[in-house]
Amino acid sequence: MPSDAAGPRVALFATCINDVMFPDTPKAVVTLLERLGCTVEFPLEQTCCGQLFTNTGYYDAAVPNVRNYVKAFESYDYIVGPSGSCVGAVRHQHPMLADHSGDAGLAKASREVALRTYDISEFLVDVLQVTDVGAYFPHRVTYHPTCHSVRVAKVGDRPYQLLSKVKGLDLVALPDADQCCGFGGTFSVKNPDVSVAMGADKARNVRSTGAEYLVTGDNACLMHITGLLHRERAGIKPIHLAQILAQTEAGAR
Amino acid sequence: MTAEPQARRTPAPSSTYLGMPKFQKNAKAKLDDPQLRKNLRYATTTIRAKRAERVAEVADWEELRQAGEAIKTRTLRHLDTYLAQLEESLTRNGATVHWARDAAEANQIVIGLVQAKGVDEVVKVKSMATQEIDLNEALEQAGIAAWETDLAELIVQLGHDRPSHILVPAIHRNRAEVREIFLREMKQYGTPAPEDVSDSPAELAGAARRHLREKFLRAKVGISGANFAIAETGSLVVVESEGNGRMCLTLPETLISVVGIEKVLPTIADLEVFTRLLPRSSTGERMNPYTSLWTGVTPGDGPQEVHVVLVDNGRTKVLSDPIGRAALRCIRCSACLNICPVYERVGGHAYGSVYPGPIGAILGPQLRGIETELDKSLPYASSLCGACGDVCPVRIPIPDILVHLRHKVAQTKHVPKLEPTAIALAGWALSDYRNLQFLERFSTLAGKTLSSRSHLGALPWPASPWTNARDLPVPAQESFRQWWKNSHKEGER
Repeated sequence: MPSDAAGPRVALFATCINDVMFPDTPKAVVTLLERLGCTVEFPLEQTCCGQLFTNTGYYDAAVPNVRNYVKAFESYDYIVGPSGSCVGAVRHQHPMLADHSGDAGLAKASREVALRTYDISEFLVDVLQVTDVGAYFPHRVTYHPTCHSVRVAKVGDRPYQLLSKVKGLDLVALPDADQCCGFGGTFSVKNPDVSVAMGADKARNVRSTGAEYLVTGDNACLMHITGLLHRERAGIKPIHLAQILAQTEAGAR
Repeated sequence: MTAEPQARRTPAPSSTYLGMPKFQKNAKAKLDDPQLRKNLRYATTTIRAKRAERVAEVADWEELRQAGEAIKTRTLRHLDTYLAQLEESLTRNGATVHWARDAAEANQIVIGLVQAKGVDEVVKVKSMATQEIDLNEALEQAGIAAWETDLAELIVQLGHDRPSHILVPAIHRNRAEVREIFLREMKQYGTPAPEDVSDSPAELAGAARRHLREKFLRAKVGISGANFAIAETGSLVVVESEGNGRMCLTLPETLISVVGIEKVLPTIADLEVFTRLLPRSSTGERMNPYTSLWTGVTPGDGPQEVHVVLVDNGRTKVLSDPIGRAALRCIRCSACLNICPVYERVGGHAYGSVYPGPIGAILGPQLRGIETELDKSLPYASSLCGACGDVCPVRIPIPDILVHLRHKVAQTKHVPKLEPTAIALAGWALSDYRNLQFLERFSTLAGKTLSSRSHLGALPWPASPWTNARDLPVPAQESFRQWWKNSHKEGER
């Protein structure tokens, strides 16, 4: 892939939690995609996928998010976000919410925009058709496949394909990787005891790998597991998949 | 002066489902029970692995699931037609059909039928429909003893307990506990357990077999449910593992089957899809050991008086909801319970009703109506991880229905007090990027003020539900939006 911006024009869907809490992740997406020849744009009208509202039962509060999303992104062929969960919500829930709003135009537009929305791992493997992104990350890591990335966005083994090509990286298998970490959006505060019980098992499995870094494709789940690990002073660092893929040998020197 | 209450015939369950507190409260208590946690972890992990192995053997599993879904969906769409056909077929074959609108009507019908036979005890095949209508307690009130004959149901009944799983009702018990229950209780209700019985599964099963034998041979009336009811032929189907069902279905002179109206299948050919889907999804077996089919009365063979009680009990109400009705496709396999990370940690009793786990969280509130604290809390008893939907043999989109029911709950008045306000505030913040941009001034200020640390520890309410056990990351000192605007020229996006 030539680096002189011959690649596609991509709209970055940063997601609200990354915007406010974890800006290094969308910055890494910019770095990575520009390195791979894409032109990255950030439509300012974007806010949130609305999942917080939808999954708590407040459809009416989520509808403005669907409108924002369509407005911000409808002119782009490729919309890329660093979150299986938010991308999954756009694809799986936005059409339902648009139907709920009774706005036929929004229902049509949200379906079209959803089809052009990709998780970063999907965009790299399926659209750019690259698994070796030239990344360098000489650390022992373990990867937690977040539930919505696997079961809603259905990113499959793409993150593993990408991680396996990272130079210097030592990927350790996470026991019971397919079990939910217990975050679950507002589940984490509406059912905190069960959420923490699930998270405690996930954190124990993460510790058992001896990894320096815990990698996921969703910073919300990562925030939950890290919240538990940090309380234990476990000394395991959280990192988003995109931030590993953005690092290069030249950058490390 | 009230009359001395009559002595009970059967062990009294320790609790009733009425007035159960909300899920969160039940769950908290269950999480603190280490024996329960260990029993559940062991049992669900084992059965999950068995299911995965058996499902992986079937090359066309996905097509089978689609067929199961299609048959059930079509049947539900034309339920009135198929039910009328079922009644006609059953009647033609010598069975008597009864219709029950709700639990009370169904119980009354069964009590009347048993009393008409002049007996005061019945043997039972494991059945979710009779659990749902609490038939055993209704019979007890009428002076009729109902004996559960499924091993796990027997453990639950003798243990003065409630089932905690659809398929494995005593999943919360380990074998040492089962031994104690058998030693203590069997002698009070019939053949005692041998004094020297060990906790080996074979010896415990042996004790149960001896205890049940006299009840099987004595019983004049058997009560069952049905896994399927074939409209075309008027056949009822029960699948089971222990042979106790076969005994109950063939030995007594009178057989009463209590069947939910959604159990109907159009033709006998449709059954083949489900006899493949059900055992692999439930017990992780290629075939279940016993599949019994009976069609009305066969003169000189088996029960000579056959009754079928078709029960609505909320099902037509569920059917009227275009999203929620998919829950009626359920064939009670329990795969969603066994895979559920929430169920694995809290067990079935936390769900406060007969149907626990993910399917219980969507079926119970719909059948009963979203009115009690418990039924308002159940749709939230899930992290929406989606594992349940992936294993469901009839492809019920359980996570979508949970969200749909949350939407219904949020429209009621009794949501947590500050939730609508919190949602309205967050809704305002995220409804327009300019609002978000405005609020980021404060989040980044907090980030800068707290720049010496990465996380915050325990905080007072409203942050405490998060920070009681989890540290909270400090917001970024510069939002991504601010960084983008600062690093990209005006006019450039």
